[in-house]
Amino acid sequence: MNQPAPDLSPKVSDEIRKTTCYMCACRCGINVHMKGGKVAYIEGNRDHPVNKGVLCAKGSAGIMQHLSPARLRAPLKRVGPRGSGEFEEISWDEALRIATDWLGPLREKAPEKLAFFTGRDQSQSFTGWWAQAFGTPNWAAHGGFCSVNMAAAGIYTMGGAFWEFGQPDWERTKLFLIFGVAEDHDSNPIKMGLGRLKERGARVIGINPIRSGYNAVADDWVGITPGTDGLFILSLAHELLRAGKIDLGYLIRYTNAPYLVCAHEGPEKGLFLRDADGKPLVRDRRSGQAVAWDTPDIAPDLANGVEIGGVTHLPVFRHLADRYLSEDYAPDNVADRCGVPAARIRAIAAEIARVAFEEEITLDQPWTDFRGVKHDKMVGRPVAMHAMRGVSAHSNGFQTCRALHMLQILIGSIETPGGFRFKPPYPKPPEAHPRPHAGYAPGQPLDGPHLGYPLGPEHLLIDDAGQPKRIDKAFSWEAPLSAHGMMHMVISNAHAGDPYEIDTLFLYMANMAWNSSMNTSKVMEMLTDTTEDGSYRIPRIIYSDAYSSEMVAFADLVLPDTTYLERHDCISLLDRPICEAEALADSIRWPVVAPDRDVRPFQSVLLDLGARLKLPGMVKDDGTPKFSDYADYITHHERRPGVGPLAGFRGNGDGKGRGAPNPDQIARYIENGGFWIDHIPEEAQFYKPWNACYQDWAVARGLYDGPQPYLFNLWSETLRKFQLAAEGHGHRQPPDHLRARLIETMDPLPIWYPTFTDAATDPAEYPLHALTQRPMAHYHSWGSQNAWLRQIHGHTPLYVSGDIWAEQGFTEGDWATLTSPNGRITLPVVRMDAINARTVWTWNAIAKRRGAWALDSRAPEAEKSSLLNHLIHELLPTKGDGLRWANSDPVTGQAAWYDLRVKIEKAPEGQNVSYPAHPSQASPVPKAPQDMALKVKV
Amino acid sequence: MTSLPEKTDKKLGLVIDLDTCVGCHACVISCKGWNTENYGAPLADLDAYGASPEGTFLNRVHSFEVAREDATPMVVHFPKSCLHCDDAPCVTVCPTGASYKRVEDGIVLVNESDCIGCGLCAWACPYGAREMDGAEKVMKKCTLCVDRIYNENLPEEDREPACVRTCPAGARHFGDLSDPESDVSQLVAARGGIDLMPEQGTKPVNKYLPPRARDALDIPDLASMCEPQTDKAKGFLGWLDRTLEKL
Amino acid sequence: MHPAPSLILFTVLSGAGFGLLVWLGLGLRAPTGFAAFILFGLGYGLAGAGLIAAAFHLGHPERALKAFTQWRSSWLSREAVLAAATLAVMAPHAASSVFAATPLPVFGWLGAVLALVTIFATAMIYAQIKAVPRWHHWSTPPVFLFAALAGGAALAGQAMLALWLMLGLAVAMIVHWMAGDAQFASAGSTTGTATGLGKLGSVRLLEPPHSGQNYLLREMVHVVGRKHATKLRLIALGAGAVLPALLLLFPAGYMVIALALIAHIFGMLAQRWLFFAEAEHVVGLYYGKR
Repeated sequence: MNQPAPDLSPKVSDEIRKTTCYMCACRCGINVHMKGGKVAYIEGNRDHPVNKGVLCAKGSAGIMQHLSPARLRAPLKRVGPRGSGEFEEISWDEALRIATDWLGPLREKAPEKLAFFTGRDQSQSFTGWWAQAFGTPNWAAHGGFCSVNMAAAGIYTMGGAFWEFGQPDWERTKLFLIFGVAEDHDSNPIKMGLGRLKERGARVIGINPIRSGYNAVADDWVGITPGTDGLFILSLAHELLRAGKIDLGYLIRYTNAPYLVCAHEGPEKGLFLRDADGKPLVRDRRSGQAVAWDTPDIAPDLANGVEIGGVTHLPVFRHLADRYLSEDYAPDNVADRCGVPAARIRAIAAEIARVAFEEEITLDQPWTDFRGVKHDKMVGRPVAMHAMRGVSAHSNGFQTCRALHMLQILIGSIETPGGFRFKPPYPKPPEAHPRPHAGYAPGQPLDGPHLGYPLGPEHLLIDDAGQPKRIDKAFSWEAPLSAHGMMHMVISNAHAGDPYEIDTLFLYMANMAWNSSMNTSKVMEMLTDTTEDGSYRIPRIIYSDAYSSEMVAFADLVLPDTTYLERHDCISLLDRPICEAEALADSIRWPVVAPDRDVRPFQSVLLDLGARLKLPGMVKDDGTPKFSDYADYITHHERRPGVGPLAGFRGNGDGKGRGAPNPDQIARYIENGGFWIDHIPEEAQFYKPWNACYQDWAVARGLYDGPQPYLFNLWSETLRKFQLAAEGHGHRQPPDHLRARLIETMDPLPIWYPTFTDAATDPAEYPLHALTQRPMAHYHSWGSQNAWLRQIHGHTPLYVSGDIWAEQGFTEGDWATLTSPNGRITLPVVRMDAINARTVWTWNAIAKRRGAWALDSRAPEAEKSSLLNHLIHELLPTKGDGLRWANSDPVTGQAAWYDLRVKIEKAPEGQNVSYPAHPSQASPVPKAPQDMALKVKV
Repeated sequence: MTSLPEKTDKKLGLVIDLDTCVGCHACVISCKGWNTENYGAPLADLDAYGASPEGTFLNRVHSFEVAREDATPMVVHFPKSCLHCDDAPCVTVCPTGASYKRVEDGIVLVNESDCIGCGLCAWACPYGAREMDGAEKVMKKCTLCVDRIYNENLPEEDREPACVRTCPAGARHFGDLSDPESDVSQLVAARGGIDLMPEQGTKPVNKYLPPRARDALDIPDLASMCEPQTDKAKGFLGWLDRTLEKL
Repeated sequence: MHPAPSLILFTVLSGAGFGLLVWLGLGLRAPTGFAAFILFGLGYGLAGAGLIAAAFHLGHPERALKAFTQWRSSWLSREAVLAAATLAVMAPHAASSVFAATPLPVFGWLGAVLALVTIFATAMIYAQIKAVPRWHHWSTPPVFLFAALAGGAALAGQAMLALWLMLGLAVAMIVHWMAGDAQFASAGSTTGTATGLGKLGSVRLLEPPHSGQNYLLREMVHVVGRKHATKLRLIALGAGAVLPALLLLFPAGYMVIALALIAHIFGMLAQRWLFFAEAEHVVGLYYGKR
């Protein structure tokens, strides 16, 4: 038959440039196909450790982000009132002069009056270094409203958590439990992992109020009530303990389960009994004596304590067993609260036990532990877990995350084959992290890194009067372990002058006037609020972003950033690395095309600004700039001698982890596909915290400066120290109003308590929980400027259960009004039955303010969309004590987004535009083109 | 030629695993990217930044909810593109011969230079696999990346459709469904792959693997069968003592 | 299906034109000279206008000639070939009638048969489409044939013939509607078969693939309210067939025929609008639109 003969081998591109994606936080490797010097097509890089060739919708749509009509074109100076979006374009010279004129005097007089916070940038070790040189204590990134509960609970419990810290052993696990996930966190690796599990027929259990995404493919779905995951997890622990399905050998060898807990009343109560050298004591079953935990040839006891002076000091495990064997945690007693039938809890516990202990994995791989004991094989319990913001973003999130880590430890699955595996540079216990610093003085750099892990009240950042030193009140009694800072409190606190007023708010890539703030409408008022003399309450706002976001309209000075294809970046081991469980890895971005606008990469601008301000480390002795741009910094900066932003190709090019700066380093990365990878020796791939071979390897690579084996903290002395302070011990004392809360929430063993909102809400008035989910095809607010992605998710329907649908008499096309104590929104409703019956949800960050993102003002993102943010306050309802109580986790300060409770009503007939409808902002970029049909013609 | 070939040498097609698809839309966009830059006219987006954007996509992911008796409802993400039917009604209705089914591999294609944009093929397709491009006014459809799978400018491992290459969960498989020994045929046999709308008589080449049984975890109370159960905390301590002795 | 004005106009006008040509070809009326000019002109004009209207439906009308190539498999191609053949074959008959006052019956008869088959081919374009169960039924061609022949007969001034054909049309429409209403169910396509998930339970669309608009939805998913449809059916039946038939009972006169024709065309436009708008494409099952 005569059929057409299409060209089956067309030329694909002139050249492939391999760099790193920035369409979300995953940092996949991408092949950017170039035609005629233009970006033509983007696909995943097969060699890349993160994505191994695959790429998500966002990644493949990168070309449309790169060409977004919302890209800013030049520096902007505000000419209209704040929030109006009225600007004039100015030169970089002028922009940098303005910034220098504002910041220079500030540094000399009161450096703390600069609050510098960054959003989803991936250069936090750099921006933190800059802020430290400037001397302000007020720097952090967005972790405080993201997942600090997960991260901090992981570090304090076992030296790492999920995502960048570690991953399930996808190749071996046989049972995988996934709790409340944000689907942009580690998204491609999780999807790839789920695919591997599905290939092998492994069981996936999803615990999430909503059965979408990963939960849709889960073999079993637990439609849990929001905020009760901790109770559910502790009930699983109850069942496992009751059945004796726990790994006692593991607990004895690798955790502080045998440590004896002091029972003497007084300032030592609840801390470990220690010998004269400060070594914790355990009871040796053979001698019945309390001996140092690392005494050779002892049999540590888990059941019995020692009696000293008439007081019995019990081991940690005994405390643990006593607590969780309590009937309070019996499935029958938690079922209603969790919205999960007791039989289902029992079945899941039984399945965990069955797989962990009857499907044990053994690898014929000898290894030696830190005690010098040789093992001839690696034994694994093939049960793995993963969790993210769903369990994290609650006011009981820290303890819930602790409970989850404890559950994995009880069955002995952490760092064993088939379980959860750390990714270097983790594991890293709190002791191995820095302490937080806030020592500032005029004209001086800060006395140390901003963020870190306090080990007790002595590390809090408070002044002699107990007042927070940081504007966000991180590391204060209100949030002692706020390891990522509390960005969500900055604007509110700065506006209230609590704990003090600031001068300049400097933000990067954080849409704080919209979807990245709680209480969005009020935040916009705070940003525009004036004092009696008519000046702005927050006097100056500098903002850097690549796109015309909502936040841009509120800045006085806008420093336009480039797109991710036009810039250098390093995905650094000093920061948020891309390592795998079996390899050390980092990567770069490099300008695969030059910007066609008068924009500059923010990090280079920051270095320029730093040099103009003569910040230490940014100028040479003669006062000239030390680094020509960010690439120069990436190559030549050393954090410690021989350790810089990039670990690969150091020195003469062979240096791994350590080595002198290599001027050709970036070229070598480009040659290598944009990344560097170094595999961990086979012997070192499991049991990392205790594996002598791993510890030595990590030292050689510059991850540690000496071996640092440690035991997991089932019992956290750090938490107990805060409780002791609250009980009146020690010289640093919390304010009285926080004592009871500290005692309740800083329990050294995982606990569950109702979220603060649940505890304070009348369930009759606000009967429903409301959640947002991030669509897999969008990242924060970015997706809506993307012509391809916005067609997939262009509006935010409210998904309600069949029960609510029937109760409210909804029909297709109806709208609902959702009300919380803080406000109301209206949205179109859609029925969804695969959902916790008392939960409603919508998509996160799709809604846009009119005029932003170069969208038409009638765009569905503005007309048929809203943010739950309008319903969520950054503070709890007032308690009549005149205090501002943050709507945050009391331990870490994590924003409690998911605590929200609401009521629902059918919106009045004829509703067809969402409420609240904020007035349009003027667009600083030209009108977007009408139609798009791009094909790069060569 | 719009007559269907009597027989094709191969039946290249996709096998889509509904048990594994998480509904991430990766395939949708990777398809959009490749096919905008390659075969025929670019895939246009009208009113791209406006109130009612409407673009051409050759692959879209729907989501369905399945209500079950005595079980929790399921959600199934459902990617859909051209099924490259053996008995493709879209081909025979074409008045110009622009639509055709390739003899060598069974891929259904549109020769755009012959397409008058009448839209009849889109009507004839029960699956909604064809979309008229809003700018070029020619019919667009999945080409099974015919310009990738034989492309000598691509490394061997990349000679597969863009959607398959990009799928993070590995829910999409590509191969020859006429060869019973091929991986895809084996997968279809093992997992009970099905045709969509068999009653339409189109004999689709693409197959769908149905979701595995959900929420079937049914294990009795493990604790009641285990030792420490005997007497709550006291029993537990006894067990603990004995077990520690053995360690 | 989207009731595209171009297609509604095309099927109604060209149908009537070819219907007229059938009767002119058969010599049921054998005008000559100016009358022939008017009548053949009308036939050619309507058929041509319909074809032009149809061309508006094309994305690339400049390539329309390619549509003549696939007559072996495609009803649309057949229609094009047949329409062109009809007009070509009928031309000597028409020209001779106009200019030489001499009908050429061989060409006329052949042309008439071709015109009839053209109308049938038009109907088959729709009737062949299995994915639109309402159309995919034997009752579709009779509606097109009766409509064309009745309109053509009226145009040709054949009142009595037109009257009977109008009654035939009424019956054809009723049968088509009644059969059509049951067609979707009997075709057996459900959201369950469309997704293959029917065995697991009852399947319902949760989220469409895109929140944005698309070609398929605009082109193939059109929901008509039941009340609205009933009203339009009554208009189609009343104005398109019953009223013309009643009018044609009156003694023939241009006025009566003209009125009957106007009513008929109006009714046919309503019928054709409904023909599209009421026709549900099975693709709607993937969009929760059924």
